Amino acid sequence: MIGTDRIEKAAFDIMCKAAIDIPQDYLTGIKGMIDLEKGDLSAFVLQSMVENWEAATEDRRPMCADTGLPRYYVKVGDKAKLPDGFVALERALRSATARATTDVPLRPNRVHPLWRNDHNNNVGLNAPEVEWSFEPEVDWIDITTVHKGGLFGSDYRMLFPGDGIDGIKRFFLDTLIAFGKRGLACQPAIVGVGVGGSKDTCMQLGKQAACLRVVGDRNPDPKIAALEDELKELGNNIGMGPMGFVGSSMVVDCHIEAGFTHTGGMPVSVHTFCLSSRRATARIHADGSIEYRTDPRWFTPYMRRETIGWETPAETSSASA
Amino acid sequence: MGNPGRDLKRVRLKLPATPEDIAALEPGMIVFLDGIVYTAREGAYKRVLEDGEPLPEGLAELSNVNFHCSPAAAPDGEGGYRVGGVTATASFRFSKWMAEWLERTGTRIVIGKGGMTREDYANILVPRGAVYLTTVGYGTGALLGRGIVGVHAVHWLDELGIAQAMWMFRVENFGPFIVDSDLQGNSLFASHGDRVNQRLEALYEGLKPPALHRYGETDDRRKEVM
Ligand code: SF4
Repeated sequence: MIGTDRIEKAAFDIMCKAAIDIPQDYLTGIKGMIDLEKGDLSAFVLQSMVENWEAATEDRRPMCADTGLPRYYVKVGDKAKLPDGFVALERALRSATARATTDVPLRPNRVHPLWRNDHNNNVGLNAPEVEWSFEPEVDWIDITTVHKGGLFGSDYRMLFPGDGIDGIKRFFLDTLIAFGKRGLACQPAIVGVGVGGSKDTCMQLGKQAACLRVVGDRNPDPKIAALEDELKELGNNIGMGPMGFVGSSMVVDCHIEAGFTHTGGMPVSVHTFCLSSRRATARIHADGSIEYRTDPRWFTPYMRRETIGWETPAETSSASA
Repeated sequence: MGNPGRDLKRVRLKLPATPEDIAALEPGMIVFLDGIVYTAREGAYKRVLEDGEPLPEGLAELSNVNFHCSPAAAPDGEGGYRVGGVTATASFRFSKWMAEWLERTGTRIVIGKGGMTREDYANILVPRGAVYLTTVGYGTGALLGRGIVGVHAVHWLDELGIAQAMWMFRVENFGPFIVDSDLQGNSLFASHGDRVNQRLEALYEGLKPPALHRYGETDDRRKEVM
């Protein structure tokens, strides 16, 4: 049985961790880029970022004062028991967001899009977003928070099968160059690419690819994995580094997620997670104990299933162990 | 690379900055600040320049540095504020207010994210003796937060909210910032942009344009979208 108080605590704790502690995979990726960076200003910027993350962790203060748009991804085990129900779970996520806003503190970023009024707690109409997924055979709940920068670095385009992989490369370059100039996208970033689905799925997959997979992870489809490597290299060959200065540090890693799409189309979306790649995950076990980590493990084999049913629980449990 | 950026010039400025200090800044220099820095962005600009609200008294004597940013701040329960960090916001959106704002306030240093265009430097900052410093990264909120030693005053907090209020921070060794524009209007962002642009054509070689075009589309990647 997983009580609401445990959910609220886990959701609050990951808000703090995400805001303050840079995930290790990303830090290692950036340090590797510093070693390769030949542009002196680009290297200086990266080194300053590393010092910034150290300061954040030492002082327990947010690494970036722009909170971005804090949101949640929830994965519910098929066997998980929630005595208080799902409405209580959503309420707990909202109250944890409000509490973290004053306690960390996080900048209250969320305002009404038209009237610009602010509840000063990052909670409001459709905010924070909560996305749901399920996992067969298990009784835990995973809650992930992501605080992604909200203004620059993502784009969507309807391409067609005839545009081919070249079309994807071109759009990938377009997006990185457009938002990389002057560093509006706060690169180097983990870049997520969504291919296929309907327009909204395409955006969602690309965003999840950027925010919910760690540096070094590869898509299980070997041909997609090869394309991930290729796009990463392409991005780092633009000649642009952090802040748009001359350099080679643009893409810390590239992740692609695909979804079956309209037979006539090939929609593509590109998303750059920023220098403050803020994500943290809590697993709440059936006994109420909580474990924290920085790898969301969102894309389980079950999430990437292609058939009607799901008949290989052995695969699931090895992936979610 | 042992110590990235060790060859870059560094300077520490006492605020309000003197005209001589400002004249000595060159694009690409690393700057740290001591004194008082104030935040102002669209909320404050509208209030003063469009709604006619008077400026806080004695602003010019206190500070000539306008930071385009919002803090992560919360009341500390003792009538003051706890500032977690500050992070700049993109400055190009504010150019329409900057000329009048610089004149009214005597501001000489503008700090923000991403700089402004060469034209804005030539037409707005240079004639008013102002330069532009950019934050680094830009997500160096924690380092900058360390440099803020206190809140000297905050204006229009109730009316504008935490993000848009005018904060006056007491700062010490506040930085790092990089000089983007100098008093001649030279711009680091623009010169690096030019160098990056030289390689772009080769990058797109052999990648044919997509079948479906978009309104407003240009194929000139030397252009910026802002
Ligand atoms: S995009 Fe930049 S300023 Fe915005 S949250 Fe990310 S690191 Fe911070």
